[in-house]
Amino acid sequence: MPMVDLVAEAERQMTICNSCRYCEGYCAVFPAMEIRRDFEEGEMIYLANLCFECRDCFYACQFAPPHEFGVNVPQIFAEIRAETYQEYSWPGILGKLYRRNGLAVGLITVASTALILLLVIALRRDALFSTQAGEGAFYRVIPYAAMVIPALLIALYCLAVFARGAYRFWRDTDTDLTGVIDFRAFAVATRDAFGLRYLKGGGVGCNYPDERFSQVRRWFHHLVFYGFLFDLASTTVAAIYDHFLGRHAPYPPLSLPVALGTIGGVALVIGTVGLLSLKWRSDRQPAAPRMLKMDVAFLLLLGLTSLTGLLLLVLRATPAMGALLAVHLGFVAGLFLTMPYGKFAHIVYRYAALIRNALEQARV
Amino acid sequence: MGTLMTRDHRAGNALIDMSRPIDVLVIGGGNAALCAAIEAAHGGARVLLLEGSPEHFRGGNSRHTRDIRYMHPGATEYVTGPYPEEEFWDDLLRVTHGETTECLARLTIRASADLDGWTQRHGVRWQRPLKGTLHLARTNLFMLGGGKAMINAYYATAHTMGVQVAYGAVVSTLKIRDGVFQSAVFDHDGGIHEVRAKVVVVASGGFEANIPWLKEYWGDAADNFIIRGTQHNQGRMLAELLEFGAKSVGNPHEFHAVAVDARAPKFDGGIVTRLDSVPFGIAVNREAERFYDEGEDFWPKRYAIWGGLIARQPGQIAYSIIDAKAKGKFMPSVFPAIKAASLAELAGQLELDPARLAETVAAFNRATRPGTFDPSSLDDCRTEGLDPPKSHWAIPIDTPPFLAYPLRPGITFTYLGVTVDECARVIMNDGRPAANIFAAGEVMAGNILGRGYLAGFGLTIGAVFGRIAGREAARHANG
Repeated sequence: MPMVDLVAEAERQMTICNSCRYCEGYCAVFPAMEIRRDFEEGEMIYLANLCFECRDCFYACQFAPPHEFGVNVPQIFAEIRAETYQEYSWPGILGKLYRRNGLAVGLITVASTALILLLVIALRRDALFSTQAGEGAFYRVIPYAAMVIPALLIALYCLAVFARGAYRFWRDTDTDLTGVIDFRAFAVATRDAFGLRYLKGGGVGCNYPDERFSQVRRWFHHLVFYGFLFDLASTTVAAIYDHFLGRHAPYPPLSLPVALGTIGGVALVIGTVGLLSLKWRSDRQPAAPRMLKMDVAFLLLLGLTSLTGLLLLVLRATPAMGALLAVHLGFVAGLFLTMPYGKFAHIVYRYAALIRNALEQARV
Repeated sequence: MGTLMTRDHRAGNALIDMSRPIDVLVIGGGNAALCAAIEAAHGGARVLLLEGSPEHFRGGNSRHTRDIRYMHPGATEYVTGPYPEEEFWDDLLRVTHGETTECLARLTIRASADLDGWTQRHGVRWQRPLKGTLHLARTNLFMLGGGKAMINAYYATAHTMGVQVAYGAVVSTLKIRDGVFQSAVFDHDGGIHEVRAKVVVVASGGFEANIPWLKEYWGDAADNFIIRGTQHNQGRMLAELLEFGAKSVGNPHEFHAVAVDARAPKFDGGIVTRLDSVPFGIAVNREAERFYDEGEDFWPKRYAIWGGLIARQPGQIAYSIIDAKAKGKFMPSVFPAIKAASLAELAGQLELDPARLAETVAAFNRATRPGTFDPSSLDDCRTEGLDPPKSHWAIPIDTPPFLAYPLRPGITFTYLGVTVDECARVIMNDGRPAANIFAAGEVMAGNILGRGYLAGFGLTIGAVFGRIAGREAARHANG
């Protein structure tokens, strides 16, 4: 369905919700809706990205299907979010990767892994299947520059695409750009995002994977998110060691980069497997199939990246290290290459929506 | 008899053994029925609950509710101040004009003090006072997510406690011999079943969705009524009990009805079809004539009489007419206003006589007196020399676009019920209680709320008497 039709359907549903308001205690969406009467496309995109799909409103809704009013807010908002990610990504031609996201993410990851493996085979055949040990072991398989320069370029590219998307999202959902620099709103939004406040459903948790209330999705998501941050911290510390302290990887098991990376990797594996299993069992009625596929692709890639990273750690003193390093870096490359064209985008737009929500609730 | 196969998309299929008598049979599936089933299960009884609606629409009118009134000594996380017994009783006396049974009413009020804890122990979650709840935040608890969320919690709790539930199980007949309940006959899944039980708790609501029954009192006008709640409240069990000599209570002609949008679905439109535009303009009938003071009092105190007023107008229809000045001053409603650049055009869209509508509006405008318009107080904008008058918020209707909402009576519940005692036992015409027949909820609420309306009090009666009925039923079945 094109965006204009999705927005029209969401507007039909919001008109019903706005004359009911029973769900206002669950999350930020309904209080934000209550201060509105008309829903332009930008407003609806904002509300859709404020929704964390906890699904509490769906099961509580007296007008949910098969009622003739057919209210299904989590589903229509997920559809709009999927469209949002595509619309705000850049360039437009790559934004189409959101259309068949699972396939695209899979193919790009396989391609990047294959490319790295082929390059290693072609250029460093000796290092690939022999045991490498001691400082600089990794770089004997893949040279330092070949690792760092593409990684930096990809990271900068991701940042640029997301910054552009965030700017356009903000412009389309709020004409007032001055609001961006409001420390209080940033603090509130950051607290809500880091605590996953809106997966708490007003204290009872999500109706996820089914109608029962549960906090399990929130905890798994925390493992994924904080696991990711630990891995990011591990990489950063390693970079500092390398550039400023002259200490080159691999680092000993009890060193800071390895400890952070291990904790992060284990958390990520548990978190992604947990979320995938919840999604597998989840009620499809309030779901948007397109978003579900996007979720699965991203979680699989994130989980496999962590798993290969952990395997690399365990087997780094064996002849398997070379191949594992190539595969792990292939997954990392796939993860970051597809970042602006996959579920990772939810961090950007949800965070922007949370900031805007903090701003407008402070005004009310 | 034998076994009954139930399909439950949450709990899976279950085989219910009906070859031996059930301890407690609960008929109905809303708030009162669930409270009864849960308490009976606490009392050690083997409980079967027959819900007439399909699973998706379970919960009767409770699925459309929002809040529950209860007595409490002070503010909590969820209510903003105390609500003592005497104030509660005064409120009830005022709305019922004395049509209540004091001992049962006081019993309900006192027992309601326990509801906060009990409901939470059984899975219900409350919402902190927010914008939409403020007008009742001191006296009433608001369910997080509303009535359907509460009902979902109760069904989950009942399931955990071993209560067996059959959906789409419509009871047609109660077999009662010498005032003693024997068995119930019901349709389920295309078959006819009979289940014996030691005790029956009837908690299956009123008869407001039974149009032929309403026609006995209202004639063909009943065809134009909109039923705000479930279409399954057909009053079958109420009729059965009355036929077996249960003593009735409440005026059968009366119902609680509000003004709803005429475009609302016939059943189950719930909260979103009500309209709050009336005090901001005028209301005319099919003849384009006004028929009642639109500004008599604050709308929350008056909206409940408008259903009855419209029910007595020709064709049971009315039109709330406002102009551009009123836009955004009342809660948005689910259907868009009918809009026109002129009154003549509006009359055309509403199929009203344009000349008469113009004359009605002109007469109203002429009669308005200058004042300070203030929706938050009983202001001094009123008409003079107009019949019927508009006592407050009367300002000329003169600024296009002109907007209209068609209105019909939206029936919430009926008052007719069966008499019960303090143990929720049904009282027979000879004044003696039936041995093993209990009633709870709307089917007996007329004992306490014989007239009028008190927000959130229907659920209070249902919860208190549901619990009493369940407890007493289990005791009777065990003993």
